[in-house]
Amino acid sequence: MKTYTNTGNKDTRSGFGAGLTELGKTNENVVALCADLTGSLKMDEFKANHPERFFQVGIAEANMMGIAAGMTIGGKIPFTGTFANFSTGRVYDQIRQSIAYSHKNVKICASHAGVTLGEDGATHQILEDLGLMKMLPGMTVINTCDFNQTKAATLAIAKHHGPVYLRFGRPKVPNFTPEDQTFEIGKALKLIEGSDVTIVATGHLVWEALEAAKALNEEGISAEVINIHTIKPLDDQAILDSVAKTGCIVTAEEHNYLGGLGESVSRVLAKHKPTPQEFVATNDTFGESGTPAQLMDKYGLNSEAIQNAAKTVLQRK
Amino acid sequence: MPNIQQLEALTTQVRRDILRMVHKVNSGHPGGSLGCAEFFVSLYSEIMETNDGFDMDGKGEDLFFLSNGHISPVYYSVLARSGYFPVDELNTFRLINSRLQGHPTTHEGLPGVRIASGSLGQGMSVAIGAAETKKLNKDKHLVYSLHGDGELQEGQNWEAIMYAAGNKVDNLIATIDLNGQQIDGSTDTVLPMGNLKAKFEAFGWTVVEIEQGNDIASILEGMSEAKSLSGKGKPVCVLLKTVMGNGVDFMMHTHAWHGKAPNDKQLEIGLAQNSETLGDY
Repeated sequence: MKTYTNTGNKDTRSGFGAGLTELGKTNENVVALCADLTGSLKMDEFKANHPERFFQVGIAEANMMGIAAGMTIGGKIPFTGTFANFSTGRVYDQIRQSIAYSHKNVKICASHAGVTLGEDGATHQILEDLGLMKMLPGMTVINTCDFNQTKAATLAIAKHHGPVYLRFGRPKVPNFTPEDQTFEIGKALKLIEGSDVTIVATGHLVWEALEAAKALNEEGISAEVINIHTIKPLDDQAILDSVAKTGCIVTAEEHNYLGGLGESVSRVLAKHKPTPQEFVATNDTFGESGTPAQLMDKYGLNSEAIQNAAKTVLQRK
Repeated sequence: MPNIQQLEALTTQVRRDILRMVHKVNSGHPGGSLGCAEFFVSLYSEIMETNDGFDMDGKGEDLFFLSNGHISPVYYSVLARSGYFPVDELNTFRLINSRLQGHPTTHEGLPGVRIASGSLGQGMSVAIGAAETKKLNKDKHLVYSLHGDGELQEGQNWEAIMYAAGNKVDNLIATIDLNGQQIDGSTDTVLPMGNLKAKFEAFGWTVVEIEQGNDIASILEGMSEAKSLSGKGKPVCVLLKTVMGNGVDFMMHTHAWHGKAPNDKQLEIGLAQNSETLGDY
């Protein structure tokens, strides 16, 4: 079984910051906007290198989304930066009308997604953002799993014309994908070949899925692990090819099971190949304060939860 | 010097277009459209510098953003009569498969429109963004926008107003249509907004007042003053005092025609008060 090495824990938001810094040097049309969270979003270096292309809008996210939409007129590629909660729910109508419906080339970059934001608690821990954003026609939705993938995705979305929601997080998590990877929007990555059960994971749950596959392997269960970094457009074929082999599937995400990756996968399976599925996701609930590890444990978002879901779904084949 | 008579003739034709468009589909917003007819005609005929044809990026030309998108009839009429699309297309307003949606949008590719509007309060932010890009592109042209007075009740405007002054967005001329009316009644009865001139000035804007917002000479004078005040470190606000429903007597001075179309008889009366000048579509 293929194994992956953690080259050192790093936060995905720093991957975004590194990508943005590189874009600043390579693409003069890239501009960055931030709503008073420059340090949290790791946008400091871009700001220092290109003060004329950095726009501090203050604590005014609605205005930030509108300005970003307007800045595309004349050829700029705006990257907005704030927490996922304030990047989506707080500004949904601004994104819907001024960005999505108007098909503006805005990159909505959202950190601190999910419960792993930690101690700040439920007011800041959005678990509904993937659903909100994937429902918008024309919106590309990406949730990256580690530092390297987040950096690669940040570079890739600058080359994609159209609105994008890029979701990442706060905690330091294993960095295991290749440093020199090319990020292909909408293309799932098969991380481990397996034959008994498919595990499809996104974001912080991808490393947990790899850990689960290792533990399942020791129990004689062969799990195939697929990293879906692009929730929309979804790589339907990668999912269908895998379940054709395994006959059952577990989806894993740091998001409400309503509206998330799991539901998108269910839609594909219901249409093309009805398949038993278990959901590792939050169960229609808000989060709470705690350390990221405590919260992942309490809300069933870890390797153990994925292993249990795999064993359950195997019984349903 | 512009020929005021020609602009007035165009305005009369635009009023006919507005009435006929909303009458045909028995829906739409004639009141605010009629109130801004002189402003749109002045803007597109005399005030803005625009290139031939339409390019979304609008480099090397002035830009306009309509924030209160419900007055689409006047916008569409003036765009068509300025050559952005065929005047006959006004026949398709609000119909299925039309580029002339109820509220303006880029979605169907209508030339002249650069952003969707309709959900209120978003246009000033968009105009600021376009103005910031003009500065980055070293493009000296200006960005114009229009907003309803009731629309200023939306909080996003005040985020934008604060930003524009704080960041010296002085290539923006934002006009407020002060007709004092909104759907549920007068702005003073729905949610009084107090002294808007003092508010904009307190936020750091330069304010130009046009007392006769339905008089073309007054509009031209006020807007050229606004232009002369651009580029001096402050955004410019024009308070344009208009009469809702202007030019159709029974539609004037009331909020009743904010979002209501005239019936056959009312159309006839309205058209009789505005004789055909440049030819109906």
